[in-house]
Amino acid sequence: MVDLLDKNKALMERMQRVAEAGSRVGPVNEKLLSPTRAMIDGRDTILAGTNNYMGVTFEPSCIEAGQKALAAHGTGTTGSRIANGSYAIHEELERELAGFLGMKHCIVFSTGYQANLGMMAGLAGPKDTIFLDADSHSSIYDGCTLSGAQLVRFRHNDAADLDKRLTRMGDTGGGHLVVLEGIYSMLGDRAPLADFVEVKKKHGFQLLVDEAHSFGVLGPNGCGLADEAGLMHEADFVVGTFSKSIGAIGGFGASNHPLFETVRYSSKPYMFTASPSPASVATATAAVKVLAREPERRDRLQSNSARLFHGLRGLGLELGCDEVSPVIAVKCADEPSTLVMWNELLAAGVYVNIALPPGTPGKLCLLRCSVSAAHTEAEIDRIIELFATVVAGNQLATASA
Amino acid sequence: MTDDEQEIFDKLSELLQPFNEKQVELKPQTEIAVDLAIDSVSVMDFVMEVEDHFDMDIPLNVLSDTHTMKDMISVVQARKKT
Ligand SMILES: Cc1ncc(COP(=O)(O)O)c(C=O)c1O
Repeated sequence: MVDLLDKNKALMERMQRVAEAGSRVGPVNEKLLSPTRAMIDGRDTILAGTNNYMGVTFEPSCIEAGQKALAAHGTGTTGSRIANGSYAIHEELERELAGFLGMKHCIVFSTGYQANLGMMAGLAGPKDTIFLDADSHSSIYDGCTLSGAQLVRFRHNDAADLDKRLTRMGDTGGGHLVVLEGIYSMLGDRAPLADFVEVKKKHGFQLLVDEAHSFGVLGPNGCGLADEAGLMHEADFVVGTFSKSIGAIGGFGASNHPLFETVRYSSKPYMFTASPSPASVATATAAVKVLAREPERRDRLQSNSARLFHGLRGLGLELGCDEVSPVIAVKCADEPSTLVMWNELLAAGVYVNIALPPGTPGKLCLLRCSVSAAHTEAEIDRIIELFATVVAGNQLATASA
Repeated sequence: MTDDEQEIFDKLSELLQPFNEKQVELKPQTEIAVDLAIDSVSVMDFVMEVEDHFDMDIPLNVLSDTHTMKDMISVVQARKKT
């Protein structure tokens, strides 16, 4: 009989190569010092790869809310909301989020990954067609597969390509759902929403925007890309996660659709998993309130992002996209050099994400930074300084070799 | 192979070249992902090129049953007709 894990031998070899280069896949934070600092390998390290966009993870009001909920409601819910019932704090969080977004309905899921599984599978079925951006997050791909819908992939951020595919497909007798992301997690680019809305007017599909990296971040009200573009009313469904700007764990789907509440019962990733724990729910609720109360965090994130973006670009580095975004990816030549530079950056005191194919679009090797409102200007400048020594020098050397 | 199949095979081979980094020789029985050792994203990118060239949609669902060049030829043939 074949050993099930035999097919992972190549993967094992790759893990060993990475380990030999001196890296661990994901370093160990021995002690968190703040939203932007941790002790790693005994060194005080600047964190520039956390997606902690709003810097709320150590916010006293969030910690206090979490501690109170833990004491009042216990450590876990020990079941799903369908089986065990909801806690009042689940419903409070859903009301808070719906209010923040200015939408009628909100459903909370246990993670953002599950929110995408639950939304795709809850909305679309085998008779429907989902059109998804080629660079969509894995949770979107997996949700689409779970739905059983017919799946059509269109070229990244290319509204004309979507238009072509919708025209070619014509009327299928089922619903058509188009899925976009607010900010794409690897390169930091945004979907050109206005262009997609033009195509929507022509073809009349329903639109879902995954605002995982843009919720709390973009728009005058912090609701995400649709808010920034002034097109909230065109997003039929919005998905978000608590793992980034909210600094907790969980996810949500929101909509004005009059039948939206039924998704709770048509979505197995909602029904058949434990509901988020009291502490997570309470910290998320407190964080939504912080985002609503302190819009200046968005301004700080924006100015920090601009500082890092222009600083890195000023070093002659090639970045993931041309607009200022809290996700700033530096394109590198190949896997071995990216590993070396990532290690050198960490040893010098800055943690960024290393992103390698197939997890990246176009087989890119990236050193990916995510900026936080909590970064100080001095921290941003230090990150730029370290990229100047470790990366700019190396890139130039590779280019001239 | 019929003339039609040969023609599709030749075109598919051409479209697959940019993904065929190891320069594996392509035959009808070649398993695209396995023999070329390319990841699932590359397979989807290749399929997108096929869709564009033949001006047809190949839903991703079809790919779970499409492994070899010959399978791919059948997919293109079937979708050309409809
Ligand atoms: C675009 C996108 N959607 C969904 C998720 C999943 O969120 P979570 O970490 O809450 O599972 C992520 C990040 O991990 C993401 O980048």
